[in-house]
Amino acid sequence: MITAQPPLVIGNIEREHPEHDSVGLATFGFWLYLMTDCVLFAALFATYAVLHQNFAGGPTGKDLFDIPYVFVETLCLLLSSTTAGFALLSMQRQDRIRLLYWLGLTVLLGMGFIGMEIHEFIRLMSAGNGPQRSGFLSAFFTLVGTHGLHVTIGLLWMINMILQIRRRGITVPIQSRLIRLSLFWHFLDLIWIGVFTLVYLMGVSS
Amino acid sequence: MEELIFGRLTLREIPYDNPIIMATLGGSTMLLLCIAFLIWYHGKWSYLWKEWFTSVDHKRIGIMYVVLALIMLLRGFADALLMRTQQALAEGSAQGYLPPDHYNQIFSAHGTIMIIFVAMPFFIGLMNIVVPLQIGARDVAYPFLNSVSFWLTASSAALVMLSLGLGNFSHAGWSGYPPLSEKHYSPGPGVDYWIWGLQLGGVGTLMTGINFFVTILRLRAPGMTLMKMPIFSWTILVTNVLIMLAFPALTVVLALLALDRYAGMHFFTNHGGGNLMLFTNLFWIWGHPEVYIVILPAFGIYSEVAATFSRKRLFGYTSMVYASVAIAMLSFMVWLHHFFTMGAGANVNAFFGIATMIIAIPTGVKVFNWLFTFYRGRIEFTTPVLWTLGFIVTFCIGGMTGVLLAVPGADFELHNSEFLIAHFHNMLIPGALFGYFAGYAYWFPKVFGFKLDEVWGKRAFWLWIVGFYLAFMPLYALGFMGMPRRLLHYDNSHWQPYLVVALGGTLIIFGGILCQILQLTFSIRNRAQLRDETGDPWDGRTLEWSIPSPPPAYNFARIPQIHTRDAFHSMKKQARHAEEVDYEAILLPRSSSLGPIMGGLTFVLGFSLVWYLWWSAILALAGLLGCVIVRSWDEHTEEELSAQEVRAIETALRHPNASVSYAEGLPIQKLTFERHPLP
Repeated sequence: MITAQPPLVIGNIEREHPEHDSVGLATFGFWLYLMTDCVLFAALFATYAVLHQNFAGGPTGKDLFDIPYVFVETLCLLLSSTTAGFALLSMQRQDRIRLLYWLGLTVLLGMGFIGMEIHEFIRLMSAGNGPQRSGFLSAFFTLVGTHGLHVTIGLLWMINMILQIRRRGITVPIQSRLIRLSLFWHFLDLIWIGVFTLVYLMGVSS
Repeated sequence: MEELIFGRLTLREIPYDNPIIMATLGGSTMLLLCIAFLIWYHGKWSYLWKEWFTSVDHKRIGIMYVVLALIMLLRGFADALLMRTQQALAEGSAQGYLPPDHYNQIFSAHGTIMIIFVAMPFFIGLMNIVVPLQIGARDVAYPFLNSVSFWLTASSAALVMLSLGLGNFSHAGWSGYPPLSEKHYSPGPGVDYWIWGLQLGGVGTLMTGINFFVTILRLRAPGMTLMKMPIFSWTILVTNVLIMLAFPALTVVLALLALDRYAGMHFFTNHGGGNLMLFTNLFWIWGHPEVYIVILPAFGIYSEVAATFSRKRLFGYTSMVYASVAIAMLSFMVWLHHFFTMGAGANVNAFFGIATMIIAIPTGVKVFNWLFTFYRGRIEFTTPVLWTLGFIVTFCIGGMTGVLLAVPGADFELHNSEFLIAHFHNMLIPGALFGYFAGYAYWFPKVFGFKLDEVWGKRAFWLWIVGFYLAFMPLYALGFMGMPRRLLHYDNSHWQPYLVVALGGTLIIFGGILCQILQLTFSIRNRAQLRDETGDPWDGRTLEWSIPSPPPAYNFARIPQIHTRDAFHSMKKQARHAEEVDYEAILLPRSSSLGPIMGGLTFVLGFSLVWYLWWSAILALAGLLGCVIVRSWDEHTEEELSAQEVRAIETALRHPNASVSYAEGLPIQKLTFERHPLP
């Protein structure tokens, strides 16, 4: 992602020793973590696939899902991925003000997404269609909720980064963290595309 | 109000009425207090905290893992002894001495502990100690994460141990199948102890998997291409791939069961649209690779031992590597053989049966490679070699019974019988545990600077192997005679003689364990005679033997340049390692108290969740989050050791008798292992 840019200057640490290429090392490890997270979501998707017809006499996806609403929610998240991308571009230009601005916008969009998701969950639960209703709804709430939990952690991370940038500027460790945060954020976007397609769109079409 | 503060925790949860548990509890509490008092009496608490608990040095973390594994081995073995005694007694009118509820907890705890808290920490400890040394690295990729992983494992082990005295442990078997493990049938805290013990430790293991995968791929010494890497590091690399792919499935399956139990969802329930076979599938998608996760490192150890003590190159290095990778890939295609009786249909069963049999091929390749490594070698019959030879013979028997079980038709007869118990103990005891014992004896002098006593080591081996055959061969016969697993009591006098023999075998294994305790005690007492000054007591072939024992904190003062596969062996032939070198400044990771603190908070979290103490669960979770944030603000995570200090330490280590000036007050104690680690 940053290969097109001049290489990061890693303080006064020699670059000749691979063990001191801390940014590359951290990014690589984080990639691997994302792959393990991918397996985790794969297992949750598989669980949903097994249980998605187990309505136990309760409502189906067709009865419950409000596609226009979820579409707006999806737009929030996808747009936040774009703003996160702009944030990383500003980071590479060492433009602190714009970086903070884009990160702030990303946080707002992410919060919009989480807010809409919580609202949807409350709406379902207050109508008696909570995760206890059927195997289908258990799998639905768990899959979507796990994604939402990831987004929430991402938001806390982002807020922590905003504080660090304000205090310390765009230092090498902060750049390293921002690279990983943006990987995380885009990854959650990809997962959500799977959720939107497999859970919501296919849920109302069947 | 009381429920808000104490959840479901009451004093009635202490099992006063069970004399066996109370005696164990009293004994172990006294022992713990005595140890704590002795450490305090010798003023060693601050030493332990500063030099060990907060250490991020891979060697020390590795030692702590192995110590944890050995302690838990004693607990797991005590469970085995209790079960064998019960089964030897409880025939016909005799009821044995264990109440049913307690017996069920014992077999569940035995399995959980032996797999998760003995096998896993044992090999993770060995890989922590050895892998960075073998690949010429100064530490792992993420030293602090390594410390956190260890403390997560240790705190989940503590949680499982606590279940002995407060509440109870799961009675649903180590695999915790629903619907028995669902809230409706197991309302107590037992299954919750099992869930959180596995879940929290599993997170630690997953992070270890990432850590070592990156370490091996990124931190190898220059010139060490993958195909020049020592074979143990290769099997560890493959193992860590398996960890990364398999453990998320465990995380999911435990989380879903927890949601069923805590939030009333319907993943695995009998009603409300649950599907209990979903649990079984997800569990074994983790569970089968898990078998290879614990066995592959042992394969690596056997390979190192076979080559070193035959004074030969490992036979068929390349095929060994490919066999490991093939085993890893196949391990994800066989999970259904744990439940052929599910009724998936003949074709599905045939696929999984054949895939299971195919695993015997790469494993067979390995067995032949070990045999050809020994063939015409100048074999030295040290303790590690004995474990290796015992393994090869015994493991082949277990492998053949495995192929037998892989036939779905045969499995329908033998499923959940004592035959199965005999089979997987026949794989895991020689396949994993013997390997770890071999590694323990093989690398002990590297870690502490003195060898283990060979005489007691050999006694331990012979007792273990004889005991093993007596304890498990009768179980094969019992399986054919139709005896199911996990029986508390039976009405068939034909079974009893076999079970008495099995008990005898277990007692002989107990003798083996006593020999190992004596071996360690005598070795520490006679460490002066057993001292190894060279750093290379076995005439080793790989890099870990090229540095002093115990190694300094930075391992390698100069990172070696690698040209060949058995790097140190060829260095010795060319006598290149002795040359005088220029030293450079070295960056070392700083110790951090956040590791043990996060472990403590994880323990509180698990404990709170078991007992429904929501307030303290939230506090612990917030504390953990706080630790991560605090760490992210810490910019001083490394400290530098100047070239001068490195030179002084190296001189002192390599020429222990030369007079070296310590006038500068160098922190030598801090940077090396104490020469006398125990009083």
